[in-house]
Amino acid sequence: MNTVFLYALVGVGLFTLGLYALIVHTHLLRKILAVNVMGSGVFLVLVALGGRTPGASPDPVPHAMVITGIVVAVSATALALALLLRVRAETGRTRLPEERLE
Amino acid sequence: MLVGASVASTPWCVIAILLPLTGALVCFLWPRRSVPLGLLTALGIVACMTGLCWQVVEQGAQRYTIGGWGAPLGIDLYADGLSLLMLLMTAVVGLGIGIYSSGYFEHKTAAVFWPLWLFLWAALNALLLSADIFNLYVTLELLGLSAVALVALAGDADALTAAMRYLLVSLLGSLFYLLGVALLYHSFGSVDIAILAGRVEPSPAVWAAVGLMSAGLLLKTALFPLHFWLPPAHASAPAPVSALLSALVVMASFYILLRLWLEVFPPSAAAAGQLLGLLGATAVLWGGIQALRQTRLKLLIAYSTVAQLGYLFLAFPLGTSFAWKGALYLLLSHAMAKAAMFMAAGNILRFGGHDRIADLDRVAQRLPLTLAAFSLAGISIMGLPPSGGFIGKWMLLDAAFYRGQWWWALILIMGGLLTAAYVFKVVGYAFTQAEVTHEASRVPAGMEWTALVLALAAVLLGLFTPLPLALLDLGFPFSGGYAG
Amino acid sequence: MSAADHKWSSLALRWVRLLLLLALAGGLAYAVLSLPDQAIGLNDQVRSNMETSGVHNPVTAVLLNFRGYDTLLEMGVLLVALLGVWSLGAAAAHRRVGPGPVLSFLVDGLVPMMILMAGYLLWVGAAAPGGAFQAGSVLAAAGILLLLSSKRLPVRLMRWPLRFALVLGLGAFVAVGVTLLSVSGLFLQYPPGLAGGLILFIEAAATLSIGVTLAALFLGGRPEAGPRR
Repeated sequence: MNTVFLYALVGVGLFTLGLYALIVHTHLLRKILAVNVMGSGVFLVLVALGGRTPGASPDPVPHAMVITGIVVAVSATALALALLLRVRAETGRTRLPEERLE
Repeated sequence: MLVGASVASTPWCVIAILLPLTGALVCFLWPRRSVPLGLLTALGIVACMTGLCWQVVEQGAQRYTIGGWGAPLGIDLYADGLSLLMLLMTAVVGLGIGIYSSGYFEHKTAAVFWPLWLFLWAALNALLLSADIFNLYVTLELLGLSAVALVALAGDADALTAAMRYLLVSLLGSLFYLLGVALLYHSFGSVDIAILAGRVEPSPAVWAAVGLMSAGLLLKTALFPLHFWLPPAHASAPAPVSALLSALVVMASFYILLRLWLEVFPPSAAAAGQLLGLLGATAVLWGGIQALRQTRLKLLIAYSTVAQLGYLFLAFPLGTSFAWKGALYLLLSHAMAKAAMFMAAGNILRFGGHDRIADLDRVAQRLPLTLAAFSLAGISIMGLPPSGGFIGKWMLLDAAFYRGQWWWALILIMGGLLTAAYVFKVVGYAFTQAEVTHEASRVPAGMEWTALVLALAAVLLGLFTPLPLALLDLGFPFSGGYAG
Repeated sequence: MSAADHKWSSLALRWVRLLLLLALAGGLAYAVLSLPDQAIGLNDQVRSNMETSGVHNPVTAVLLNFRGYDTLLEMGVLLVALLGVWSLGAAAAHRRVGPGPVLSFLVDGLVPMMILMAGYLLWVGAAAPGGAFQAGSVLAAAGILLLLSSKRLPVRLMRWPLRFALVLGLGAFVAVGVTLLSVSGLFLQYPPGLAGGLILFIEAAATLSIGVTLAALFLGGRPEAGPRR
């Protein structure tokens, strides 16, 4: 198996791990981190599979896509964190209402 | 003719995206003048849409290569009848929302609303015109972030938690979609829809991509059981934001799903159509029952959105051109009617200070225009003739019987009954006197009239059907041919 | 439901959830492994169009030329995130806790170097890994260091100049696009000789904007533009 596929499988693993954490954890900060891990997984899959080119240089288009994706992820995380702080300030809790333990 | 020649050759696709972007930047730089600048931009976008409409009708579907590179290296914009219809609908509803919001928001909030709303409009136009699945991801993210920020504008605890939930859901959906894009790119070497349509063959990676992208887009379109985030977000947002969320934002992800389903996904994916139809049917019934149980008007309207979106998915198991057109007609009328309903709810909220259905306190007498708007919108949502909703449902019924899948007809009828129940419930309470009379605030005329005009548009769609339906015939995917 | 039933059902739910996710991971792994070992993708197309793209770095060529429209929209995403953060509330009050000696020393030494490095990354992006986003991130890091050491912009720069700096990147990109559109009717199609220069211009504006936007996002709220003290 090409080593490229090893990276891609790690990416799949990160994606699923992030999804699991997003579903299971109730603290909003953990959820935000989980989404970030998922994003890293997807980016890893994108970049890794671009290394299957026959020559020495990898396919640059997935690299550019991932740069775009990283910027989008950073922007979304920043908004999510600011929202988290406001939710905390307004409700005093860092969990969504339906997920608070009684 | 010289004028005709210049209109035909102007790149309206590009202007449709650049105009709201520029408008947003200008409103951000000059917050004091954001309301007039924003309204001016809205008018400009409407004008641009008429130009694009003329161009597509005269010349057929348009394909614009950005940067001159052309797919698969560059990104293409594509405007056919389907995207044109959605763009026109966005422009009309968008203009209405702009006028409504100028009466709704006070100046400080309006200065924050307009840049965000114009960015959202730019994202919508860019999404509807894009022919590249990775570009669609970027537009989806732009759409999602601006929508979340707009929901949070209301500032209270409910709105903030709803916005937080909406953001997490939106990001989850986008990431599922992006993983699908990654698999498709690495399978076929392109992210252009037209090129992928030619290259896609069933394979494990393609099936995975189909599942991932559909899951992500269904989450964003709030199909049962992935609808849990929608009612709180749409209900706790400010009224104009609720209108644009229910009318336009949920339409966008459905549009992408439709495009992918019809053009990119292999034909053997049609078997999953029955599952989508089943979920849609459940959404219709579940949304209707939940709407009936609500005590607050905006939550009722939000659950109504969940139900109405379910109808759209009844077209998937039917699969005929007539069924798709019916679903799209429903989408079109729903956008107008739902925007009108949320605007009416906003008027009632402004008037009485609350939106409890049981305490509506003779709104019928004191806000006649608003109640007329709500009733007319209700007629379209119920699917009574003559309205756009009736046409859409009738087309779906026709397709259901044509295909021999008569059980969808049952769902359509039951859904209509449930809708009638909750619409009449609201209208009934609007005529009764509440136990405690509330202080009444003035409602600006602009707010009442935009609600009424949009509701009228939803009803008129039932009378002027040939035009929109003819538009849908232009270019793929309903005419069976490709353009560009 | 008794407590024991509750415990059983939640345990069952957890196992079902775990199994479903493992199935998802397995399915995705199978899909990934089924892809062919070698694939050219768009590599050849990019390489063969490099001379007319105006830069020598293929990733920069894709980001700023071939798929420049994606980058334009992405800068919009960055700005929208900032607008959202600003709409949520004002930044925390500026507590003038002076930086300790270590931080002060670091800031004095590092910040000028970081600005220089940002400039270098911007310039070298045309031929080697680098470019607007990388340079903008380093610039933002310098800004964050300054914020952490309790330095803030003078108040008169907080209104219009700050907004202008934030808008500059997307604005430059849109301006270049509109100019090209009105001159030649082709959106973002750089004339062959000018491509390199236009890309550098857009990247320079973008670097400043990205740096300021990310630093402003770190601040976490609308900066107070009113008089203090």
